[in-house]
Amino acid sequence: MASNRIEGKKRAVLSILATALMVLFAIFAMVPFAFMFMSSLKPGAEMMRYGLTLKFDPGISSFQNYTALNTYRDGVYWHWYKSSAIIMVMQTAIGLFFSSLVGYGLAMYQFKGRNLVFSLVLIVMMLPFEILLLPMYQLMISMKLMNTYFGAVVPYLVPPFMIFFFRQYCLGIPKELMEAGRIDGCTDYGIFWRIMVPILIPAFGAMTILSCMNSWNNLLWPLIVMQDEKKFTIPIGMGTTITPYGNAYDVLMPGAVMAVVPIIVIYLFAQKTFIAGLTAGSVKG
Amino acid sequence: MQKDSVQQKPLRHRGSFLNDPRIVPYVLVAPFIIFFLVVYLYPLIMTIIMSFQKIDGPNHREFIGLKNYLKLDTRDFRLALQTSGRYAFWDLIVLTLVPLVIACILHSGLAKGSAFFKSLFFIPSLTSIIVAGIVFRLAFGTLETATMNRVMIALGQKPIKWLSYADSGNFVLILLTLWRWNGVNIVYYLSGLQSIPTDYYEAAQIDGANAIQKFTHVTLPGIRPVLIYVITITVLGGFSMFTESVALWQQNNAGGVGRTIVGYMYMVGFKKNNFGLASAVGLTLLALVVAVNLIQLVLMGFFKKED
Repeated sequence: MASNRIEGKKRAVLSILATALMVLFAIFAMVPFAFMFMSSLKPGAEMMRYGLTLKFDPGISSFQNYTALNTYRDGVYWHWYKSSAIIMVMQTAIGLFFSSLVGYGLAMYQFKGRNLVFSLVLIVMMLPFEILLLPMYQLMISMKLMNTYFGAVVPYLVPPFMIFFFRQYCLGIPKELMEAGRIDGCTDYGIFWRIMVPILIPAFGAMTILSCMNSWNNLLWPLIVMQDEKKFTIPIGMGTTITPYGNAYDVLMPGAVMAVVPIIVIYLFAQKTFIAGLTAGSVKG
Repeated sequence: MQKDSVQQKPLRHRGSFLNDPRIVPYVLVAPFIIFFLVVYLYPLIMTIIMSFQKIDGPNHREFIGLKNYLKLDTRDFRLALQTSGRYAFWDLIVLTLVPLVIACILHSGLAKGSAFFKSLFFIPSLTSIIVAGIVFRLAFGTLETATMNRVMIALGQKPIKWLSYADSGNFVLILLTLWRWNGVNIVYYLSGLQSIPTDYYEAAQIDGANAIQKFTHVTLPGIRPVLIYVITITVLGGFSMFTESVALWQQNNAGGVGRTIVGYMYMVGFKKNNFGLASAVGLTLLALVVAVNLIQLVLMGFFKKED
């Protein structure tokens, strides 16, 4: 009895410590957003003088800066936004389509060369793509894909990481479902489309968010492909608002907030599917 | 009658060649094969060839043997190696340990509101490093009014030019990395922790194991595959880091503070148009990543056969 009570007390203390630690990390995770939002309401001159502050001053704070996004360099910000959105949708749709088929094929079929293909997927996952930039750049020039949206997604058409994920996820699907489909007269592609895709929805959900996230935030490859200022993505464009001659704070902060908002909204809506899908199919050996 | 006879045809020959179940898997994996050849193998071979060439314009190439590699012995490249190496080292320590501790706490249910924290910790991972980096860049600015310098002054310390020195710059980089990637690694670890059957813990309890023994004998072996995965991608991400450095320094940082191997490669290749030297830099990076990861995988017992 007595030892139980001590155990209980110990657990209560541990619980408080653990919760405190979590709160600390939660503050760390959220503080930059607070700075970002509070600064987006202030005039740029104020930022230049006092730096980032969390202070809210009703006299000078307003959503005025957000309208500056429409006028800054003839509204170029919204071109970046559009460019980012097009690339994100293309990259996600194409990437999900191909990688789910490949992952499914690797998991559900026995065929000669399967291990070789899977090994290639694993090797490619561990290869820094950055080292292939120069020949890829030359390839884009010779294929006339420079400054095109398609050119910006070429390295992400069949993402190996997603193949890996879909393969792991499909390993958990009973093969009898395939047999049942065949007996019903489905072609193998029909089986994938009608039987497997519905089962794979959590996997598609998780990979959609991950792909959107990667694409929306990608810097290096679009930086190389996109040369026309109006075709810049948000990360490239935002970089150009910081110059050695002074930073365009008036657009920097509202631009940052607007860049962050859509993806967080998607996440808040889909987070249950996302976390569940990601943990269910994740890395198991 | 006719219907029946149609159905009795051997299923395998229904439809075209592409529907043959022996062909189907090859059709399914074909996109990856093409992708691999065009986006990985061809560029990799080209990089290797270019690293032995002097390239002046698209039509003038000349083999110069190992000269590009010998030219790597410069102050700029050594600085870049140091920057990336220092970053990769701290990245590996911080980004494997901190998320592991948090994931274990969340999994244990010891903290209140675990589900809430779980989704909250992921939110920074949704943002662009460039965009979020702006906040870090300003907070760790040079001026005395920069947020962190106000904190330093309030603590009775001298203000620091955070981004002007290798070590303090690296500290800010690691902080930005932790902020941005913490949630991703937490999710990986949680998936590993959830795959450990609870009766393993009960068995350990009956054997009289304490919390630390449970961690080293049940938890760690249980999450080993995930741990190996996290370490592997962290090594890869650490050595090939570029975006975080651009977020804090742009591409023109005085004295090369914060310029990484990939940053150096970008500068040499795209700004100075020396593709041969840039290719040699790229292959050095590849060798480094492969070597460190092989050592790490051997140490973690990845190649040992399971019994």
